[in-house]
Amino acid sequence: MIPLSWYLTLSAALFSIGMFGVLARKNAVAILLGIELMLNAVNINLVSFWRYNNPVLMDGQVFAIIVFAVAAAEVAVGLALVISIYRRRNTVVADEIDLMKW
Amino acid sequence: MPQPQDYQTLLPVIVLAVWACALLLLDSFLIQRKGLTACLAAAGLAITLGLTLSQIGRSSSGFSGMVVLDGFSTFINALQLVSGLLGVALAYAYVKRMGIERGEYYTLLLFSVVGMMLMAQATDLIVVFIALEMLSIPLYVLAAFNRTQAASEEAGLKYFLLGAFSTGFLVYGITLVYGATASTNLSAIFAAASSTSNLLLTIGAALILVGFGFKVAVVPFHMWTPDVYQGAPTAVTGFMSSGAKIAGFAALLRVFATAFPAIAADMTDILWALAAVTMILGNLVAISQTDIKRMLAYSSIAHAGYILMAFVPYGNPAVAPVSIAAGLFYLAAYVITNFGAWGVVIALEQPDGKGLQISDYSGLFWRKRGLAVAMTVFMLSLIGFPPTIGMVGKFYLFRAIIDGGFTGLAIIGVIASLVSAFYYLRVVVNMFMREGEQKIEREFWLDLTWGAAAFLTVAISLAPGWLFYLASAAGLR
Repeated sequence: MIPLSWYLTLSAALFSIGMFGVLARKNAVAILLGIELMLNAVNINLVSFWRYNNPVLMDGQVFAIIVFAVAAAEVAVGLALVISIYRRRNTVVADEIDLMKW
Repeated sequence: MPQPQDYQTLLPVIVLAVWACALLLLDSFLIQRKGLTACLAAAGLAITLGLTLSQIGRSSSGFSGMVVLDGFSTFINALQLVSGLLGVALAYAYVKRMGIERGEYYTLLLFSVVGMMLMAQATDLIVVFIALEMLSIPLYVLAAFNRTQAASEEAGLKYFLLGAFSTGFLVYGITLVYGATASTNLSAIFAAASSTSNLLLTIGAALILVGFGFKVAVVPFHMWTPDVYQGAPTAVTGFMSSGAKIAGFAALLRVFATAFPAIAADMTDILWALAAVTMILGNLVAISQTDIKRMLAYSSIAHAGYILMAFVPYGNPAVAPVSIAAGLFYLAAYVITNFGAWGVVIALEQPDGKGLQISDYSGLFWRKRGLAVAMTVFMLSLIGFPPTIGMVGKFYLFRAIIDGGFTGLAIIGVIASLVSAFYYLRVVVNMFMREGEQKIEREFWLDLTWGAAAFLTVAISLAPGWLFYLASAAGLR
């Protein structure tokens, strides 16, 4: 059997790539994609911990399903906001959405 | 199968959720009478508040230990419902004036309150996560509710992107805790954590702290706060700055005090540093603000720091009950004062977005005495000046912190409060000593909100014992 640490390394790498995407990309949709990568890293974590820790209970799997259901709801709101901004300003580049700054 | 006791435990939340769904349907039939939607939303909140108050003194747990009903959840839920009611009162005339009167506003507000209440009752990390999303997603939409204003749209997008980002950290932290302890139930985590010391658990707890720190706007996770508070419709900001803060702190306290006392030694230092940095930075940056909404946003960051101070000794059983009670009292005091201050801001705001600079408050005392006196009371309360509830709250807080042996932190807090006097008093000086003209909106519910808040701010400070008693009775044990 593949050791647990391999899964955890994969998930940590995915999470870091997602985080880098959020911090480095300028496009709001690309930022959203980065957030999705982070949440998918969470799911890998959940399912692998469930498999190795306690496969009798279903809690890890159920949690994973809840996470992507919630992620879908979040994206629905997020894309609506992005479209609404795009209609007004013809841009979704985060640097140009800068009415308010200190 | 769920038992009657399960439903009993969660009754107020269920009632409010069903009410919100029904209101969403009903609202589509009330085409020209959105005022009625507001009244129905307020009625739902009032009924739920009644149910919550009828549960005082009861404690039970339900749904296989996923949710719990205890003194703590009752206190927090009552506070949430009051802030929901005040949120409706602030919005009632504001949305008409701004031309954004749509029924969804109130439905979204109700759904957000449902999430906030669930958050205080959650004893399982899965439920904490669902509740957090239930309160956040409606708030993202509400922040962008004034779609005709570019600033509101921008606030919604910023809040959404950074909120979803922080959710990623929170859930990742939860999975690490799940991996370390093989459970998501808070008491099971506590049982598993006290037998082993585990690096995975500490990292997980720290990531959960990041997620909650974002929700309650603690430095360095506060970047979104000024932009969102400034851009969002003012009535939303008033509700969000109280409601989301109460819920975030409630969940933070529940999770850390129930599940993570074993790693308190590591966490106390982190919390100490976060509280200190938040108080200092929030107050310092607020000084340079000229926009009242932005100034109040930084003030709310600073107050998150004060409240976080109460959580620093959470792992020390000798001090924790008193300091948590002081924190809850301060939270209640902040909610009352905060709603009053935002009510005054709404009274001066014009539909074209004017009237939001601090200089627009010049000479307010000579135009409208009541409003200026109320604003003075709120500003003094936010500084912590007698005779206001803010002073009593700070007194309890600093005393609890010094008793806990964190004198250094208390000194930082006092100095930060002194600094804060500078920018709060600038508003007062403007109102009393400068010349100016302004148009003031008079609306019954708005006037009632700031009037009642000003009255309570002073009245409770004269007899604070009962509220502190309630807060102590609500402590987690």
